[in-house]
Amino acid sequence: MSAGATATGDPTLGPVWKRASWYAVLSALSVLVLFPIYMTIVRALSTPRDYVQRGQPLYPVAVQPDIFGRAWTQGDLGRQMALSAVVTAIIVTAQLTTSILSAYAFSFLQFRGRTAMFYLFMATLMLPLEVTLIPNVDTVQSLGWFNSIQGLTAPFLATAFGTFLIRQGFLGIPRDLRDAAALDGFGHLAFLWRVAIPITRPVVASFGVIAFLSAWNQYLWPRAIVNEAKWNTIQIGLKNVGAANVDEMNIGVAAAIIAALPVLALLIFLQRHLVRGLTAGAVKG
Amino acid sequence: MLADVVSVSVSRVLFEDVTKSFGEVVAVDSLDLEVIDGEFLVLLGPSGCGKTTVLRMVAGLETVTQGTLRIGNRVVNDVEAKDRDVAMVFQSYALYPHMNVRKNIESPLVARHFSVDGGAPRKLTASERSQRITQAAETLGLASLLDRKPAALSGGQRQRVALARAIVSRPAAFLMDEPLSNLDAKLRAETRLELVELHRKLGTTIIYVTHDQVEAMTMADRIAVISDGRLQQVGAAQEVYDRPSNLFVAHFMGSPPMNTFEATVAGGGREGEVTGAAGRVRIDAGPAISLPPVGSRVVVGVRPEHLRSQGHGQQGRQQEGLRARVSAVEWLGYERHVICDVAGRTITLREPAEGQAPNLGEEIYLDVVANHVLLFDPATSERIP
Ligand SMILES: Nc1ncnc2c1ncn2[C@@H]1O[C@H](COP(=O)(O)OP(=O)(O)OP(=O)(O)O)[C@@H](O)[C@H]1O
Ligand SMILES: [Mg+2]
Repeated sequence: MSAGATATGDPTLGPVWKRASWYAVLSALSVLVLFPIYMTIVRALSTPRDYVQRGQPLYPVAVQPDIFGRAWTQGDLGRQMALSAVVTAIIVTAQLTTSILSAYAFSFLQFRGRTAMFYLFMATLMLPLEVTLIPNVDTVQSLGWFNSIQGLTAPFLATAFGTFLIRQGFLGIPRDLRDAAALDGFGHLAFLWRVAIPITRPVVASFGVIAFLSAWNQYLWPRAIVNEAKWNTIQIGLKNVGAANVDEMNIGVAAAIIAALPVLALLIFLQRHLVRGLTAGAVKG
Repeated sequence: MLADVVSVSVSRVLFEDVTKSFGEVVAVDSLDLEVIDGEFLVLLGPSGCGKTTVLRMVAGLETVTQGTLRIGNRVVNDVEAKDRDVAMVFQSYALYPHMNVRKNIESPLVARHFSVDGGAPRKLTASERSQRITQAAETLGLASLLDRKPAALSGGQRQRVALARAIVSRPAAFLMDEPLSNLDAKLRAETRLELVELHRKLGTTIIYVTHDQVEAMTMADRIAVISDGRLQQVGAAQEVYDRPSNLFVAHFMGSPPMNTFEATVAGGGREGEVTGAAGRVRIDAGPAISLPPVGSRVVVGVRPEHLRSQGHGQQGRQQEGLRARVSAVEWLGYERHVICDVAGRTITLREPAEGQAPNLGEEIYLDVVANHVLLFDPATSERIP
């Protein structure tokens, strides 16, 4: 790093030694986070028997460059990922819509029993999936929704967590802005669309990612209501591809890496919003 | 172009016995006030006296608990905010942080309906909107900032954007809630002048809220002094300053505030006299005023600039005047404030910063300019007569 760069660099970072130590700490943390991911890739690429014989080193052994292609075809990942994508898109869209609308009602509308109803909403957060699983399976079965899109999505169209999170964001909107909007003649929808959502965009985006992750990674629920291979989502597919290739373990690992790619892409795409969302409360101004 | 800007609607605002309560709290109590079409009226009062509440009722952001509120000739108690044809400038400016300056200025024009050239109300076309935005931005010197977001503006620039957003809809009245309080002293003084200029140019009624009497005195056509939700006095700045209608207004207006002390009427007639613990004060009440009968208790009010020091070092020179002991001297460059103890009360004298200042602890005699003495009734605290 040249002296010139320091002189014109970001003054808030302070002197060179301070910046250097920050970079050291951040690098160490990155290694800590990235190491398991790196080792997964190493395992996927290595021929399992040779890799174990060599004492499981930090680099790939007897590389199989075609492993990802094989995992893709053997695991039928394309079809399963497409199904998961549809299910996830429905769940994320629905959760965003219902959470935003209910958060709006709980933040900006006055109605009888508002507080009580809000706490009732929040109480559902206390119920883990395991508690509701059996009754939900019964319900879905009685509706004849086993092996169907409705069955895969219906229980997840609304969420108290999203309502809570977005309501917190809405409550942070200053009263003056709402008043200004009232004078500007914005009705509820116009205010929601033109003011409330744009201002809380980081929060909404963060919730969108959370909803995406939990929908994409769902395992227990599809396991419970799917009994035709045709309706297997990607996480079930991963389990199967691992089980079917016990002696070629790296196929399962490669499949897992492929299944994680959409998540990675989403995080990169939304990175800017997420950072702001997580620090939004800290630097309100 | 100016003719185009000038509002044609009648924009009198009339409060008839208007009360606003929040549960137990009566924020505004039986307000009777007429804001005359085209005037710059300042609502002045201490924090929490209900100024903002009055403004918010006019804006339609707060309902009227009791009484009648009119804008023009229309009773607006039940009219929605957007249909009242008023624009508000908030203390926080309330700019939309995610919109650039252009969008912010445009926001009052997007959803509302306007009557153009006396036609039926309708939405403005994009070109009408952009023409108005350009005009408002030019009036306030914002033309080069239209693409910036509020976060990238200085406090003064944000304030201008808030003003531009108010004038763009050409409302019948502007409502401004302490719009200058976030500016530094120099910018505030400049903006005061610009607001007066803007008012002169637009001729639109302005109701302006502040707790700063300098703002009130420099800008207002009339000042309405409010305390505890009640209107105390309304009148031109000079009138409110010279003839405060009660002790609250007397104390609130002026810095340093008016001196007051209790005394007894000692001589009646036109040129009376009162005596108090500290001495005698002669009063030239003027032809229109009759003093209370001899022996009545009164509160005497004298502004600091209507006290004269008889000169120091000479004791007991006259029997008239107030004996005072100097407890502090504040020097302000162009004048000084001599703070004295007069029979246990603090009395402040304002004099030009010339000659020798009195010493601390020195005893001096204060003359009162006889025709500037005000008397108040100690029971009601109203001015006599
Ligand atoms: N929404 C409300 N609910 C309950 N009380 C309120 C509400 N708004 C205002 N008040 C009360 O009404 C009174 C007047 O408030 P208001 O905001 O009008 O005062 P103000 O003169 O504008 O004061 P400041 O100069 O501090 O802005 C205060 O006692 C305040 O606490
Ligand atoms: Mg206020």
